[in-house]
Amino acid sequence: MSLFSKKNQVFLKDPLMDNNPISTQVLGICSALAVTVQLQTAVVMSLAVIFVLSISNVAISLLRNKVPSNIRIIVELAIIATLVILVDQVLKAYLYDISKQLSVFVGLIITNCIVLGRAEAFALQNKPWPSFLDGVGNALGYSIILLTVAFGRELLGSGTIFGFQVIPDAAYAAGYQNMGLMVLAPGAFILLGLIIWVQRALSGTVTE
Amino acid sequence: MASKPRITKAYTLGFAATVTIVCSVLLASAAALLKERQDTNIKVDIKWNILSVLDLVDSKDVSTEHVFELYESNINSFVVDPDGNRVEGEIAEEIDPKAKPGLLPVFAKQDGDSVLAYCIPIQGKALWSTVKGYLALENDLNTVKGITFYSHGETPGLGGEIDKEWFKDGFEGKTILDESGNLVSIKIVKGKLREGESDLEHKVDGISGATLTTKGLNEFIKETLEKYEPYFDRVRGATS
Repeated sequence: MSLFSKKNQVFLKDPLMDNNPISTQVLGICSALAVTVQLQTAVVMSLAVIFVLSISNVAISLLRNKVPSNIRIIVELAIIATLVILVDQVLKAYLYDISKQLSVFVGLIITNCIVLGRAEAFALQNKPWPSFLDGVGNALGYSIILLTVAFGRELLGSGTIFGFQVIPDAAYAAGYQNMGLMVLAPGAFILLGLIIWVQRALSGTVTE
Repeated sequence: MASKPRITKAYTLGFAATVTIVCSVLLASAAALLKERQDTNIKVDIKWNILSVLDLVDSKDVSTEHVFELYESNINSFVVDPDGNRVEGEIAEEIDPKAKPGLLPVFAKQDGDSVLAYCIPIQGKALWSTVKGYLALENDLNTVKGITFYSHGETPGLGGEIDKEWFKDGFEGKTILDESGNLVSIKIVKGKLREGESDLEHKVDGISGATLTTKGLNEFIKETLEKYEPYFDRVRGATS
């Protein structure tokens, strides 16, 4: 079986759209609200989740035949927590300002249901390589939504993209105002709702 | 599919112990390796904030070395107690106000022997979080030179606006003493200041939707200034 066979590609691609962890499975909403005020924090958060989710899936998959099933959840959590703390420590050492902005939310990746969810639902039953792809795929699916929401919130809420002003001063002079609602959590809810609506309209799937 | 090992209590215990040990070794070594860099970051951040409130740096794009160099050549830090006496043998940068509330760090911007401005740490509870920052005073120890908040967990867009330039700029040039030299501190008002309002020199534009955050700031800025007042009073007496 080649590394990128049809079947393996599905593990990677499926969570991007049809089975997106945020918009379809509606997991990980808390962090999607919290770190999407600016694109920069959303990018770092996405990278952190990609790292944690792919490595934790591989680690748990490697141990899948050895873990006693009665303590499997706590073992999964120990592995995830270790990875998350590693990320947090590295951010504090190399991206101090961003780690200050992300504050508790890096730590909260531990409780992000996507990570534990993939470990339970996928990594425990599958070999390491498919588990890795599944982890990367789900994290990318999470990232796409995070970045889309952050793009909308930063543009509408602050008039900037990656901190650079994109709404011209002339527009402000003509009476344009940044939308304060977008900076607050409800702004993320509204954007997220719109994204889910568009996605379901496009794919035609209604799961409920 | 490899056959599952036979699960006994001993196996479970052993497995849990192994996972725990592997994880803790990983974390302990990461923490040990990165500690120095993290500590440097924290130190640089503190110094950068002090320099920035004293108008010595204006952008985040400065190298660590430059921050240390600027700090070394411009800042003289020392510690005083609430009676206004100097305390020897304490390092101003390392004082944790929670652990040692009786020690008050002062960061003075100096040119040779003359002090150009003073900077003091301020911190206290606002609405959701402990807000930390620095307040800088001109060498008359009355006029506010600047204020900065480097750590807070207030609502972005509402209380979180306290770290925005427009809000901080409102403090500049305000005075903390009344005409007879008594401490009145600075008051952030509700809404905007109006023309002709009394005591304009002690008041700052508020943030709409952040009344409780600014109420917290008002309280802890005043408390902090009161603690420093004996020392400031002594300095004012010596120079005038």
